[in-house]
Amino acid sequence: MEIPAIVGAGLVVIGAGIGIGRIGGSAMDAIARQPEAYGKIQTAMLIAAALIEGIGFAALFAV
Amino acid sequence: MQSNFLAKLFTITLLTFSLTVTAQFNEEHEGSLEEVNLKTKIKESINHHLLDTHDFIFFSDTETGKHYGFSLPVILWDEGFQMFSSSKFHHGETVAENNGNFYKLYHNKIYRTDAQGTITLDDHNHPTQIKPFDFSITKSVLMIIVTGILMFFAFVGMAKSFKKGPVVTGAGRFLEPIILYIRDEIAIPNIGINKYKKYMPYLLTVFFFVWFLNLFGLTPLGVNVTGNIAVTFALALITFIITQFSGNKNYWKHVFWMPGVPVPMKIILAPIELLGVIIKPFALMIRLYANIMAGHIVLMSLIGLIFVFQNWIGSSLSFVLSFAISLIELLVALLQAYIFTMLSALYFGFAVEEHDEAH
Repeated sequence: MEIPAIVGAGLVVIGAGIGIGRIGGSAMDAIARQPEAYGKIQTAMLIAAALIEGIGFAALFAV
Repeated sequence: MQSNFLAKLFTITLLTFSLTVTAQFNEEHEGSLEEVNLKTKIKESINHHLLDTHDFIFFSDTETGKHYGFSLPVILWDEGFQMFSSSKFHHGETVAENNGNFYKLYHNKIYRTDAQGTITLDDHNHPTQIKPFDFSITKSVLMIIVTGILMFFAFVGMAKSFKKGPVVTGAGRFLEPIILYIRDEIAIPNIGINKYKKYMPYLLTVFFFVWFLNLFGLTPLGVNVTGNIAVTFALALITFIITQFSGNKNYWKHVFWMPGVPVPMKIILAPIELLGVIIKPFALMIRLYANIMAGHIVLMSLIGLIFVFQNWIGSSLSFVLSFAISLIELLVALLQAYIFTMLSALYFGFAVEEHDEAH
């Protein structure tokens, strides 16, 4: 319940949120450019999002 | 037709998430103590869902203290095999006696004590008593066995149905596209079309194993297998062992003495690559564990919120929120299984990669 831990957890979530948000954004741009590649882009987006979420959770648990 | 389909979909979704319907609670009118009792009860209920226990309790009636479930065998190695039923523990209240040795449950772990069941704690709040090697069939082990049997019957049945004809029947109709997806999109692109066949059994097993166990964790049974770091450690360890044993000369060269790079860089890169060999399976373990554990904690806490708000608006909002989160948890269950399988295939692909002219 210490303040540094809470601040650290908040920063981790901000980082993960920004990262996954950017991936989602560029995925949307790519789908808009080439709608027929929707499946592959979605797969790649989910993989990258899960990896970033993995780091986020690991850091959150350590905190 | 559209509304018929929507009605069916809605019914199925609602029935599947009977998880939130099991939120039952007995009101206790004790005045100022009500708040404290509520919070401790919620904590106990959450812990019951998250931790691994030696008995399989479906439902406990807090008023009469009766537990509906069954006890699982306890198997210890303590100078010889000690086997007894965990009903001797009476849910952690009494000391179990077997062949002259006394055992007591403390925070769901078994320690060897004396007849009174004393547990002395040292400075770090760890018990000083001996903990014998615990090979018991706990709730998680039972669920792993159940999942194994389920997978065995599902897939062997599917394989047998191929003898009757090229089109598979029954539940295989659902499983076959998934298996083909794993072969065509996960195994072949990552491992290569010449060598993927050796790794397909493991990839298929780990995908369905993790997926089914994640799904079992979302049911009201209160099992949490993939949210147990020992289970994910074992899976990551197997992936690690397979990668190391199938590494060819190219792989080890890339780890220790990367070709195409000046010598000072090679010396700097070698420890980093060596660390990477350990960290990649470690990240596999942590990713699956943290995702599933955090999902369960959030879901249980939101369901507990239903009881903290004792009014109409708060409770119904909490219910809607926990329903939405449990839908997300369904997605996470499949996604984490897919990620684990895909990363394992990626690491296998690195290990068996042939020398390409780009280097």
